[in-house]
Amino acid sequence: MMNLPRWKVIAVVFAAIFGVLFTLPNLLPANVRDSLPGFMPKQTLNLGLDLQGGSHLLLEVDTAALKQERLSNLLEDVRTQLREANIPFAELRLVNDQVSVLINDPAQANTAVNKLRATVATAAPGTPGGSGISIASAGGGRIVLSLSQDAMNAEAGRAVDQSIEILRRRIDELGTKEPTIVRQGVNRIVVQAPGESDPQRLRDVIGQTAKLTFQMVDDTVSPEDMAAGRVPPGSQLYPSDDGSAGNYVLKKRALVTGEMLTDAQQQFDQQSGQPVVSFRFNGQGARRFADATSQNLGKRFAIVLDGKVISAPVIQSAITGGNGQISGSFTPQSANDLAILLRAGALPAPLKVEQQSTVGAELGADAVKAGIISLAIGGVAIIVFIVLAYGLFGVFSAIALIVNVLLILGIMSFTQATLTFPGIAGLILTLAVAVDANVLIYERIRDEAHAGRSPIAALEHGYSLALVSIMDANITSAISALIMFQFGSGPIRGFAWTLLIGVVTSVFTAVVITQVLIGLWFRATRPKALPIV
Amino acid sequence: MWPLIRLLPREFHFNFVGLAPYAAIFSAILIVLTGVSFFTKGLNLGIDFIGGSMIEVQTKGPADIGLLRQTMIKVGGEDAQVQQLGAPNGAMLRFRTAEGVNPVDGAERIKTELTKTFPGITFKKVEVVGPKVSGELMTGGFMALGVAVFLMLLYIWFRFQLQFGLGAVVGVFHDVLLTLGMLSITHLEFSMTSIAALLTVIGYSMNEKVITFDRLRENLRKYKTAPLAEVINRSENERLSRTLITGSTAILALSGAVFFGGPVLLPLVVTMVFGVVVGTYSSIYVALPIILLWGVKRGDEPAEPLKPQTAR
Repeated sequence: MMNLPRWKVIAVVFAAIFGVLFTLPNLLPANVRDSLPGFMPKQTLNLGLDLQGGSHLLLEVDTAALKQERLSNLLEDVRTQLREANIPFAELRLVNDQVSVLINDPAQANTAVNKLRATVATAAPGTPGGSGISIASAGGGRIVLSLSQDAMNAEAGRAVDQSIEILRRRIDELGTKEPTIVRQGVNRIVVQAPGESDPQRLRDVIGQTAKLTFQMVDDTVSPEDMAAGRVPPGSQLYPSDDGSAGNYVLKKRALVTGEMLTDAQQQFDQQSGQPVVSFRFNGQGARRFADATSQNLGKRFAIVLDGKVISAPVIQSAITGGNGQISGSFTPQSANDLAILLRAGALPAPLKVEQQSTVGAELGADAVKAGIISLAIGGVAIIVFIVLAYGLFGVFSAIALIVNVLLILGIMSFTQATLTFPGIAGLILTLAVAVDANVLIYERIRDEAHAGRSPIAALEHGYSLALVSIMDANITSAISALIMFQFGSGPIRGFAWTLLIGVVTSVFTAVVITQVLIGLWFRATRPKALPIV
Repeated sequence: MWPLIRLLPREFHFNFVGLAPYAAIFSAILIVLTGVSFFTKGLNLGIDFIGGSMIEVQTKGPADIGLLRQTMIKVGGEDAQVQQLGAPNGAMLRFRTAEGVNPVDGAERIKTELTKTFPGITFKKVEVVGPKVSGELMTGGFMALGVAVFLMLLYIWFRFQLQFGLGAVVGVFHDVLLTLGMLSITHLEFSMTSIAALLTVIGYSMNEKVITFDRLRENLRKYKTAPLAEVINRSENERLSRTLITGSTAILALSGAVFFGGPVLLPLVVTMVFGVVVGTYSSIYVALPIILLWGVKRGDEPAEPLKPQTAR
C-alpha cells in the first residue's frame, strides 16, 4: 500500500480521463459537439432501436422459391435447346426437384444428352465450381437433369449477398439515415433503420422482388380456354395487377427483362397527366425491344412485375429509341417507389419477413427517460448506502463507482456498442456487483485488523486475499455474459456486451482505483487506526 | 456512530447449519409450488417464443377495449388479447394470425383496419415474430441457459473440487427453478429478455457461491481438524456482514428500476431482484448442505501454518 507503483497511479488517472473524455459528448448538445476541436471524441452512445425508435426486420431469402425458379428456367432451356436441335420430345416436366423429359425416338437420346451437356449444363462465366447441373440418361429415351445441393447452396449464398446489395441501394434511395443491413446465419438478412422512418414504406420497398419483364400476349387462346385454365405449353396465365381487368395469357419467354434497364424515373404522362414510370434500356435491351416491337406491330405485349400484369398496351409503332414508360394505376408515390425498385434492380429471390419490430420514437424517448431515472436512483442509492456503511472508504468506493460508470459509457461510445433498454438494467446490476468487490475487500481488511494486524498490514492482506474471490466471481459473470452474446440476438447482445464491459471495468475500478486512493490517503495521514474498524 | 459498519457486531455466532433441515423443507415446498404453478398456470410466454404479434396503440380518446378486440378479430386476429397499458388511451394488443398467412402481412391488415375504425390512432410499437423464428429463439434461449450452467460447473470444478461444482450447480438449478416458478405465479411475461435476466441471475448466484466456497476452502485449510459443519458455520458467520451489505446494495440499486423502469423493464428487474435473494439463500442453504452431506477431501491441501483460534 505504501509503495504505490507508478503504473497504477498512471492507469487510474488515464482511465478517469478516458472515461470523462469519451462520455462527455453524450452530455453535450449536438451543436456544441460539432464545434469541438478535431482531436476530441465526438461519438455518442449507440442507442438500440428500443431506445431511439426505429424498425428492425429479419428477412429470409426464400431458397425454395429460388430452387423452383432455377428448375423452371432449366426446363425452359431444355425445351428451347431440344427444339433447336429438332429432337422431338414429350413429357417435359418437373418431377421431385428434377427436370425429366422423354425423347420420342430412344435412338436420339444420346444426341440429346450431348446437346444438353454442351448447352444448358455449361457454367455461366464467373461461376466457380461449374454449373452444378448433372444430366443422366434413365433408359428408354428418358433424360433426367438435376441440380446439385452444393450448387444450390452456392446460389443461395450469392442470392443473399446480392439481396443485401440491392436492399442497400433501395433503402438508401428512400433517404433512411444510417440503415444497417447485415447477413445473419446462412440465408437471413437483418435490416435496421433507426429513427422516424416510415416502417410501412420500408417494408414495401423491401418486400417486393421487383422482377420486371416484358412479355407478348398470347392471342391464340380463346376466352373460354382461358377461363378453364387451358393454355398452350410455353404460355402461362398471369393475373392482373389491379385485379379488375381479369387475367392474361402471356408467352413465358420474356422479350426484355428489368436487368436491361439503365434508368427509371417517376414522371407525369404528358397527355393524361397521370403518374407514370419512364425508363431507358441499355444497348442490348434497346435492340431486343426494337426487334420485338417491329415484328409484332398491332399486337399486345404485357409489362409484368412480380408475376402480375401492370399493363398490356398494343404496339402502335416500333420503339427503337430504347425509351418507354409504364402507365398503370399509380399514385405519384407508388410510381416513385417502383422507379426506385427498378433502378436498384430485382432481388434474386423473394424475401420473407420473419420478424418485425417497430418502436415509435416517442416510446423510445420514454424508455430513455425511464432508464436514466432508474440508473440515477440506483447509482445514488448505492453511493449513499456505501458512504453510510464505510465512511471515508465508502467515499473512495463512490469515486471508483463514478469512474466505473464513466468508463462503461465511454467504452460503449468508443466501440459504438449498442445500449439497449435491458442493457440499462444490466448496467445497474453491474454497479451493485462492482460495489460487492469493495465490500469484499473492506470486510477482509476489517477481519485482518480485528485479528490484530497493523493498519498497513491489514490493508495489504485485505486486498490480496479478497482479490482471489473477486477474480473467481467475475470470471463466472463473464462466462454468463459471453454465452448471452453467443446465443442472444439483438437486444440481448447489447445487454451481454454491457455486462461484459462492466465486468472488466468493475474489477479495475473497484480494486485498483480504491487501492490508489486509499494508498494516497494513507501516505498523507499515516493513521493509527482504520476508519472502518 | 459513523461509519455504520461499526454498529455490526465483530463476530456473529449464528447456527447456519442447524437451520439447514428447515431450509430444506422450505425449499422443497417452494419447488412443489413451482411445479404446481407450472402445470396449472404455465409460463406467460411472450411472442418471442410462441410467435404472433404485439401492437401498442394510443387512441384519440380513452381506449375502447371491446371495440379494439372486435376489430382485431374481424380481420383475422386469433387469440386476441387486449390490455390497457399506461394511460387510459393506451392499450396493448396481442394476437396471432391464421396459419399460412404471413404474420407480418396479417399484422399490417389489422393495423389498416384499426386506423379505419379508430381515426387518429398511433402505433407506438409493433412486434411480429414468425413461427420459425420463435421456435429458434426458444431453443436458443434454453440452450444458452444449459451451456452457461455447464461451463460454470467446469470452472468451479477446476477451481475447487467436484463436490463444490455440483453443489453450486444444484444451487443454481434451484434458483432457476424458483425464478421460473415466481414468473409463473406472478404471470409476468416470459420473453427473450427474461432469458437474459435468468442468465444474469445465474451469474449472480454463481458469484455468491464462488465467494462462499472461497471462504470455506480457506477455513478448511486453516482448521484442518474441525468438523466440516463447524467450519461451515464459522465461514458463514465471518462472511455474514458482507452478505448483508452486498445483498442490500444490489436490491437498493435495482429498486429505482422496479418503480420507474416502466412495464418493459419491470419483468426483467423483478426477476433480478428475486434472483439476488434466492441466489444468496441457495448459496448458504443449498450449495453448502450438499457439500456437507457429501463431505470434502481434506488433508491433501497444501499445509498452512496453524494459527491460534483468536486470529481467525
